[in-house]
Amino acid sequence: MSEKGLLTGSFFMQGDIACAEGAIVAGCRFFAGYPITPATEIAQRMAERMPQVGGTYIQMEDELASMNAVLGASWAGVKAMTATSGPGFSLMMENLGLGIMTETPCVLVNVQRGGPSTGLPTLVGQGDMMQARWGSHGPYEIIALSPSSPQELFDLTIRAFNLSERFRTPVLVMTDAEVGHMTEKVVIPPLEEVEIVPRRRPRVPPGDGYQPYLPDEDLVPPMAVAGEGYRIHITGLTHDERGYPSTNDDSAQWPLIQRLVNKIRLYKDEIIEVEELYLEDAEVVVVSYGIAARAAMWPLELARREGIRVGMLRLITVWPFAEERIRELAQRVQAFVVPEINWGQIALEVERCAAGRAPVYLVPHPGGDIHKPEQVLAAIRRAVT
Amino acid sequence: MSELTGHMEVNSVEPGAVSPERHPMDALLREERLPHIWCSGCGIGTALTCFISALLKSGLDLDKVVVVSGIGCTGRVAGYVQLDSFHTTHGRAIPFATGLKLANPELKVVVFSGDGDLVTIGGNHFIHAARRNIDMTVICVNNFNYGMTGGQHGATTPVGSITTTTPYGNYEHPFNLPYLAVASGAVYVARWTVLHVRRLERAIGEALAKRGFSFVEVISPCPTNFGRRHKQRTGLDTLKYYHEKGVIRHGADPKSVDIELGGEIVEGKFIDIEKPTFLDCQVTAR
Repeated sequence: MSEKGLLTGSFFMQGDIACAEGAIVAGCRFFAGYPITPATEIAQRMAERMPQVGGTYIQMEDELASMNAVLGASWAGVKAMTATSGPGFSLMMENLGLGIMTETPCVLVNVQRGGPSTGLPTLVGQGDMMQARWGSHGPYEIIALSPSSPQELFDLTIRAFNLSERFRTPVLVMTDAEVGHMTEKVVIPPLEEVEIVPRRRPRVPPGDGYQPYLPDEDLVPPMAVAGEGYRIHITGLTHDERGYPSTNDDSAQWPLIQRLVNKIRLYKDEIIEVEELYLEDAEVVVVSYGIAARAAMWPLELARREGIRVGMLRLITVWPFAEERIRELAQRVQAFVVPEINWGQIALEVERCAAGRAPVYLVPHPGGDIHKPEQVLAAIRRAVT
Repeated sequence: MSELTGHMEVNSVEPGAVSPERHPMDALLREERLPHIWCSGCGIGTALTCFISALLKSGLDLDKVVVVSGIGCTGRVAGYVQLDSFHTTHGRAIPFATGLKLANPELKVVVFSGDGDLVTIGGNHFIHAARRNIDMTVICVNNFNYGMTGGQHGATTPVGSITTTTPYGNYEHPFNLPYLAVASGAVYVARWTVLHVRRLERAIGEALAKRGFSFVEVISPCPTNFGRRHKQRTGLDTLKYYHEKGVIRHGADPKSVDIELGGEIVEGKFIDIEKPTFLDCQVTAR
């Protein structure tokens, strides 16, 4: 362990722990959460580690409180995170919206389990992917990342913090019980080798006309925080550039919503990250993410041994969706196969982007386990016949 | 004295000594946001005045004072104060304020919101922040109903009250807020009506100076939605009612300060104790 309390080196590490360590490397110094399987290990690790790195851990009374405490901490100028699973994710939706509306950088990790409701607390699911996109009310754009391994959970937690600061918005890490509870090699590089995006700060001193929602050219406004003398007002109501409510007509709603959406949508190429495999010659493309993508690797190899020209598009960024890549592929491939541990969520997006040019075969799974190789293999075979 | 108003006439003040355009509290109000939304006869403005007076006398660094509100009529306070201020979601002002305070202990965090927000939808956060003794001041304007949505009953509505959702009279037992706060762990608990402005201002000042979870309940008229259904058509009618029913009883057992329709309103400082805060305890644990 280095002087600053940061870990460096190679570890045999659980995904949830890697997530916590990634947050610490990214500069997270505030964690508020509520125990929930299979995300509890993140909270436990943060309870142990926050004091070691000069941060604060607090176990709140519920997930509503956790999400709000994280927003409050971010407005005090500290990078903040919470972690939960399905039931807690549902409770966080309202104040995820507050974070989006007030443009509050923070990270929310969802270690997905089987649902609906209490569902399968200890077992895997990917049923919250559309909730991640649309779970809070109103029109907005969101960023969500999906790791397939503990190492990637570590890396993407850092990336989530960077994106949240870059775009001034909450970022979701949509992992799952398999990745969260899997123990594998995780390499933690020295801090100086890690890219850390700082918060964009006001360029004028207090009293010099700073407006909390006056954006830069890229639509992201610099952020002053509490206690600096800027005397900011921040509200979840529709507001103007001063941050003042403007709710009597749609004159503020139009520019605000357009900016909240466009600050992400216009920069999606910067955000979207995918992994491509065998796409050069592919006639069938498996589109998947998280643990489902990893479980699809073996059937994909089996299919190729059978002579089926199948490739994979793995969505590392799930939201915003890699729609242009799917559209391009739809021009030239025969079909898409989408294994996911739900009853068809991302498959709908693939279908939308394929727009009838190529059929989309969903390989559903209700949760509780990952797909069996033969389920995915059967779908690949059917796609080429 | 003017015969009409009974107020001291201001003609004697030298021209220029006091700007006729400026109110002494303007420095702490966002003038460009005025007029405020509160109805004629509402007590929230009085509570805000007492807060600003107390703040100006407190000696606190105003750049470090943060006001956090939730949703509702009182929730609009955050939008009018010329301080760092946050208007959050319904019931969630306290956990938001908890995050602010713990992430930057230099901040003086004040939660200013209503009874529906703080102790009905947000009741769980209220008791847990008090239990943890988070260093914050919570000012709760209690007007016994949901004013902004048109006068529905809530967790403080006295039994028998007529509201838009209790047309036959409220049949739910209400919370006694000082008792709830004390039982949950608050270190300072006081209650005043908006009639008793000097005492209210002093109580807010004491609460601001207190380390730990301090709580001031402000009993306030809502003529538009609550008063007029209880023979108090104007705010002044309700102030007269407070004058008649208000009883000052410092140190009263919080258990005994229930508010009933037509009953006495016990006011005063009920508890003022010392206890380590969340952050004190956290440091000790390390």
